[in-house]
Amino acid sequence: MDAKNSILSLRGVKKQYEGAPIPAIEDITLDVGYGEIYGLVGENGAGKSTLIKTIAGAIGLTDGEIIYKGGKLICKSPAEAINKGIGVVYQEFNLFPNLTVYENIFFGIEIKKNGFLDRKQMIRKSQEILRQLGFELDVTKRVSALSPAYQQATEIAKCINHNVELMIMDEPSAPLTEKEVGKMFEVVRKLNQSGVTIIYISHKLNEIFDLTDRISVLRDGHLVHTFRTEEVTEQELIREMVGREITEIYPEKDFRSGEVILKVENLTGAKVHGVSFELKRGEVLGFGGLVGAGRTETMRLLFGADRKTGGTVYINDKKAEIDSPTDAIQNGIGLIPEDRKQQGLVLNKSIFFNCLLPSIGKYSRSGFIRFKEARSDIGKLYDILKVKAVNQGQLVSRLSGGNQQKVVLEKWLLRDCEILILDEPTRGIDVGTKQEIYQLIKDLAAQGKAVIVISSEMPELIGVSHRVIVMHEGKITGELKGDEITQETILTLAS
Amino acid sequence: MRNMKNLKTFFGKYAIYFVLFFEIVFFSIASPYFLSATNFVNVLRQTSIVGIMAVGMAFVILTGGVDLSVGGVTACVGVICAKLMISGWNPVFAILASLAFSALVGIVNAFFSHEFKLNPMIVTLATLQILEGIAYIVTGAIPVYGFTESFKVIGQGHVGSIPIPIIIMIALYVIAYIILKYTKFGQSIYGIGGNEEAVRLTGINIRKNKYSAYVLCSVVTGIAGIILLSRTNTAQPSAGSGYEMDVIAGAVLGGISMSGGEGKITGVFAGVLVMAVLSNGMLMMDVSEYWQWVTKGIVMLAAITYDRILKKG
Ligand SMILES: Nc1ncnc2c1ncn2[C@@H]1O[C@H](COP(=O)(O)OP(=O)(O)OP(=O)(O)O)[C@@H](O)[C@H]1O
Ligand SMILES: [Mg+2]
Repeated sequence: MDAKNSILSLRGVKKQYEGAPIPAIEDITLDVGYGEIYGLVGENGAGKSTLIKTIAGAIGLTDGEIIYKGGKLICKSPAEAINKGIGVVYQEFNLFPNLTVYENIFFGIEIKKNGFLDRKQMIRKSQEILRQLGFELDVTKRVSALSPAYQQATEIAKCINHNVELMIMDEPSAPLTEKEVGKMFEVVRKLNQSGVTIIYISHKLNEIFDLTDRISVLRDGHLVHTFRTEEVTEQELIREMVGREITEIYPEKDFRSGEVILKVENLTGAKVHGVSFELKRGEVLGFGGLVGAGRTETMRLLFGADRKTGGTVYINDKKAEIDSPTDAIQNGIGLIPEDRKQQGLVLNKSIFFNCLLPSIGKYSRSGFIRFKEARSDIGKLYDILKVKAVNQGQLVSRLSGGNQQKVVLEKWLLRDCEILILDEPTRGIDVGTKQEIYQLIKDLAAQGKAVIVISSEMPELIGVSHRVIVMHEGKITGELKGDEITQETILTLAS
Repeated sequence: MRNMKNLKTFFGKYAIYFVLFFEIVFFSIASPYFLSATNFVNVLRQTSIVGIMAVGMAFVILTGGVDLSVGGVTACVGVICAKLMISGWNPVFAILASLAFSALVGIVNAFFSHEFKLNPMIVTLATLQILEGIAYIVTGAIPVYGFTESFKVIGQGHVGSIPIPIIIMIALYVIAYIILKYTKFGQSIYGIGGNEEAVRLTGINIRKNKYSAYVLCSVVTGIAGIILLSRTNTAQPSAGSGYEMDVIAGAVLGGISMSGGEGKITGVFAGVLVMAVLSNGMLMMDVSEYWQWVTKGIVMLAAITYDRILKKG
């Protein structure tokens, strides 16, 4: 491949963020051919998102040049990029939440009639595009009211409506369920067949192998290798990414049963109807089900984040009154929420600040925080989780997506809860770190703590859980143990 | 290249201090009377009321709220304290009672904005109206005066050569600095302004912290109201009118973000001083009051725009 028959060529691209000691990406040279599906992989913080943001004009380059369809590309904003035919489906959604679906789809290219907006026409066309994608939805709804899958469909529809020739997707599957991922793949393939070139970023290597023609690996901001997809194995790819061999992702399960620590009876709320279960010390309990099954809602009720309308919770055989997260934490329960941006982090504050929050009482004496002690404890965890940052003082908003997730994990590990609930704990996290997180979960259980894991990734759910409870429409439909836990059994119970 | 960038962040971080510095240099050249110890003390004394109120305001804005009722609190605290003293109360008890009233206002503000999720701007606009009304009702729109000599000390007394209001103001800034930086309450306030939901899910009690911030704001404003009363020796029902704008302007100039969660109390002090020095300097140059308003507004716009541009860059 050379620059001539490439739709996009990068030559020596470098980006150093303001105030950063080293460049986030450096010396990136690559060519993407017309009609290719091009994969981009690498560890958290390797520079994937940075790379595509420079292409789309969301951030400026420090050095190098970008050639698009034979000419030098200079985009000062994503809006400019999309008008030139480059659309991006961002890791962090980039729609206007307060505008409706059709307004987003037609943003910047509104249809006008006699100088006025032709809303009818825009609504009709938006519906048409979404229907082609396999989505039926009310396009006059605000984007903020949509579930992640629909938000993403809107982003893709926006790209289609702008007739993009190059569509870049940054971890598009992260917020989706397996079924939704399947649907998105169909859409991507269809678009590709109609001539759209695709750049696809993901931590899920099976997707990369399924979809792409070629794969580039980024490590520490450098492009270390480009493979033809059929010429590389998963093992080789992982080795290039993390620089070491990873054979077994899931640690071996060993469950030494302890006494019952948590007993939930008839938990009821808006979307949860009479859920009862028990949890033992040393146990990892998985919750399976489709999206909307009520797993997250159940955990939020248990944690006191939402108001429950009925049900009793016993901790160590004693009835516990949990009406707020404060109560839950006092009872030794911690919850790692699924949505890190909205619920997990204060983005414009430092790593240290975020980690301190749940433990702020623990590190305070008569209202004053003991910073030294906190700093040293946080530092220890920070090293274990290998958060990629300049130091603990770095703003969380300046971390890569996966590293933000690590900070959410870290702040709850620091709190040292007896019962830890993890809702989609590895969303956006790279293979190497995933393995470390699974080991951490195992270690927690081995220490006699109890862990609940919600995951939409089947292999993960099966890989870490001693027992799996499956939910459907707010009710428990079954429970699986040991060898009974398989993809099929879970799916049968889930629908 | 690298150095330029560092310079830019440096200027961005300390923008307000540079503005203050240039202001002082400018007025020192423009007016021969400006640069003197007496005038310096004078500026501080004049700004002490607004300066004190800005401490409380900073806490509320940091939580992501705002308190427009501070002018009403100043007026009400003044007339209540005055009426009680006139009717024979010991000044100490009169002061405590009127501060208790201001605390109640804080509770009301927090109650409506937190429990019903109402916009604090609207809630406190309403309480402002109510308080101003009360101040007129209590006084029958007639100024109240004739307090004991000893009450004057708060607003007019000195320790050495330093006026007591300045001492109170500086003490409050020091306390606020310590609270915001080193305590659980202070750090929680920053978190709540940054992302309330995320903070709630870490088990921090949002209600307690928000009520505390509003009560703190009202009580600190109450203290300013007492100082004002003592300084003027007369309770005017119109005493507090318009203060909210000066106070918010000072806080925002000093880098407190209106969306909450960001800013330092030291910046607030500088922000308040920038406005005070500007008034004082223009007064010395015989600029008419109306032109002073225009200039203040322009400086305010320039300062916040500059700040925004640097932060973005
Ligand atoms: N706004 C920013 N300011 C400073 N540094 C940043 C900023 N955004 C990202 N970085 C840094 O740049 C590096 C690359 O980040 P990037 O988001 O490109 O990683 P990524 O490969 O997309 O990772 P992930 O898989 O976690 O999404 C990281 O070290 C990150 O800390
Ligand atoms: Mg990324």
